[in-house]
Amino acid sequence: MVNVIIDGQKIQVPKNYTVLEAARSANIDIPTLCYLKGINEIGACRICVVEVKGARSLQAACVYPVSEGLEIRTNTPAVREARKVNLELILSNHDRKCLTCVRNRNCELQKLAEDLNVQNIRFEGETYRFPVDDFSPSIVRDPNKCVLCRRCVSVCKNIQTVSVIDAQERGFKTIVASAFNKPLSEVPCTMCGQCIVACPVGALREKDDVDRVWEMLSDETKHVVVQTAPAVRVALGEEFGMPIGTRVTGKMVAALRRIGFAKVFDTDTAADLTIMEEGTELLGRLKEGKNLPLITSCSPGWIKFCEHNYPEFLDNLSSCKSPHEMFGAIIKSYYAEKMGINPADIRVVSVMPCTAKKFESVRPELAATGTPDVDAVITTRELARMIKEAGIDFAALPDESFDNPFGDASGAGVIFGATGGVMEAALRTVAEILAGKPIDSIEYTAVRGVEGIKEAVVELPGRTIRAAVAHGLGNARKLLDRIKAGEAQYDFIEIMGCPGGCVTGGGQPIQPAKVRMDIDLKVARAKAIYDEDKSLPIRKSHENPFIKKLYEEFLGEPCGHKSHELLHTHYTKRTNY
Amino acid sequence: MNGQKCCTFVGTEEQAQKLKEVIEKHKNQKGALIPVLHEAQEIYGYLPLEVQKMISEGLNVPLTEIYGIVTFYTQFSLNPKGKYKISVCLGTACYVKGAGAIIDKIKEKIGIDVGECTEDGKFSLEATRCIGACGLAPVVTINDDVYGRLTVDDVEGILNKY
Repeated sequence: MVNVIIDGQKIQVPKNYTVLEAARSANIDIPTLCYLKGINEIGACRICVVEVKGARSLQAACVYPVSEGLEIRTNTPAVREARKVNLELILSNHDRKCLTCVRNRNCELQKLAEDLNVQNIRFEGETYRFPVDDFSPSIVRDPNKCVLCRRCVSVCKNIQTVSVIDAQERGFKTIVASAFNKPLSEVPCTMCGQCIVACPVGALREKDDVDRVWEMLSDETKHVVVQTAPAVRVALGEEFGMPIGTRVTGKMVAALRRIGFAKVFDTDTAADLTIMEEGTELLGRLKEGKNLPLITSCSPGWIKFCEHNYPEFLDNLSSCKSPHEMFGAIIKSYYAEKMGINPADIRVVSVMPCTAKKFESVRPELAATGTPDVDAVITTRELARMIKEAGIDFAALPDESFDNPFGDASGAGVIFGATGGVMEAALRTVAEILAGKPIDSIEYTAVRGVEGIKEAVVELPGRTIRAAVAHGLGNARKLLDRIKAGEAQYDFIEIMGCPGGCVTGGGQPIQPAKVRMDIDLKVARAKAIYDEDKSLPIRKSHENPFIKKLYEEFLGEPCGHKSHELLHTHYTKRTNY
Repeated sequence: MNGQKCCTFVGTEEQAQKLKEVIEKHKNQKGALIPVLHEAQEIYGYLPLEVQKMISEGLNVPLTEIYGIVTFYTQFSLNPKGKYKISVCLGTACYVKGAGAIIDKIKEKIGIDVGECTEDGKFSLEATRCIGACGLAPVVTINDDVYGRLTVDDVEGILNKY
């Protein structure tokens, strides 16, 4: 610990703290823009400047380390003026169409202008106009709103190791873009959307499919059903001012019904189905000793990353479609048959915490019944916008339940939303299949948590499974490189593209840097996921009564002929540039 | 924006081999990228997508990062140089003496922007920092020929010599 004085307050802070962190612990708010904890700490924007006694010029608090006896002043005329000038300069070349910006009222730049009391921009000069890149099915890039903070660049390059955007050119012409200004659709972008949730402004956003969904809903010849991923229910509340980690499952179902969907289904049901298929696939591969380790395939960002960067592992990927795609195929076959509806007249909308799912849904191979398995994907954020547009008072909604014939899913389906969840769900089922009887201990805590790569040796009846879990594509890369180098061997691997898994996916509510300084979203939202799992009467996929019925009535057996037709897919090697 | 304007890339087997050797030579050293880019530009005359891709794969550096460096430093070029390389000095003395108007006139005459090359490959245009001939300001060089104390009206006659 070291002693520092901030604005006259004498405090003790750990010696590895920055001035920004020290001030925060003394409840002194230093404004920031380019800073994003653990992701971008580069002192570039000069909004967080403070006076440091003995220093010749103002210093950036986000990168200035504390030391014994350091004296800092955060509220002096020089500090206030410097922050204001820096902010006004940024604003002078910013496309200030706040009213119609997707980030209106959730914009860190807007908030800064308010907090720093900027009422007049003293600078006028040349402004740049770049074309908006909206060629990707998932992500829209608007350089005219970019403040060059590089938060997106850092997350893409350092956390995801995808590196498809970086600062190009220099000086006034500087732009965050891909090589040769190629659109995101023509570079090895995984569409994970981590750049969007890192962006302080509206320069990166999801491709908006809200209007397309409204259009489907107003077409009376179509039977429009919706399904929601597990991670949506633990984050949607944030869009309506609820605390991070609030579970709103019942209200979400009620809202979807009021929006006008004919049926509201739970993707967790399909997660249970995935476990039946993937668990069987794992047992089969273990028996044959072929294509091991088996690697999960639920995360479309991870899948695209693998296709671009690790084609040698494509045979290791589970051939299972991701849960919402499986569900789409089941809805357009089993459900259509049961309800007597022509599959061509059904529209399946998925609400996902994910932007890569938009890309996934337009993959041509994911169309088991002749039309796409899923017709539209909207993110958690887009659903919130629809709820607002429909004039629904979300907080006042009653709790409602998912529709039959699929009903409620198991807790195993719920935990798909957090890193380690697919692995744990699979182990719960595989263990019982191997034992041939129910097993009481079902919580595999070794695969939970936010450590980047988790390893566990799991003793199952008559069989030891070497398991690994990686989340975030940088960690996936590390893990795969280790396997390639022969340094590690596994039987079963779960990979999720986003750090933390789906709960912190690229389609989730965006929390500002200030909130992320104090709260680890991965932990807070995952806790809600595991609470939901605990609250459910059925916590193993194979015990979901609907799943049993589906195999009896329709599919036959897991990984059987019909399953292969409807629920499994294949992957393609993709070139980079 | 510095897009590629002219000429499809044609590289020889020999050039590719040379580049491979350069990459191999620098591969394991820290900060290998800048020297490799310099030597690659010597081999090819410029740094088009195809060359940057080879470097990206060879050094295991993302193409996006390489492109960022190439567009940051003015000595790297995305476009081939013309048969006649026009350099307009935009150092302080030349600038004060009207180099801005001269460069605008040249752009208008040959129809390209700074950093580009005409479609027939004849002229390329670049703006340089001070070349140390301030007494002759404003100065333009075309390959090794030096033209000093220019006015806008001189431009056409000079270009016609080539």
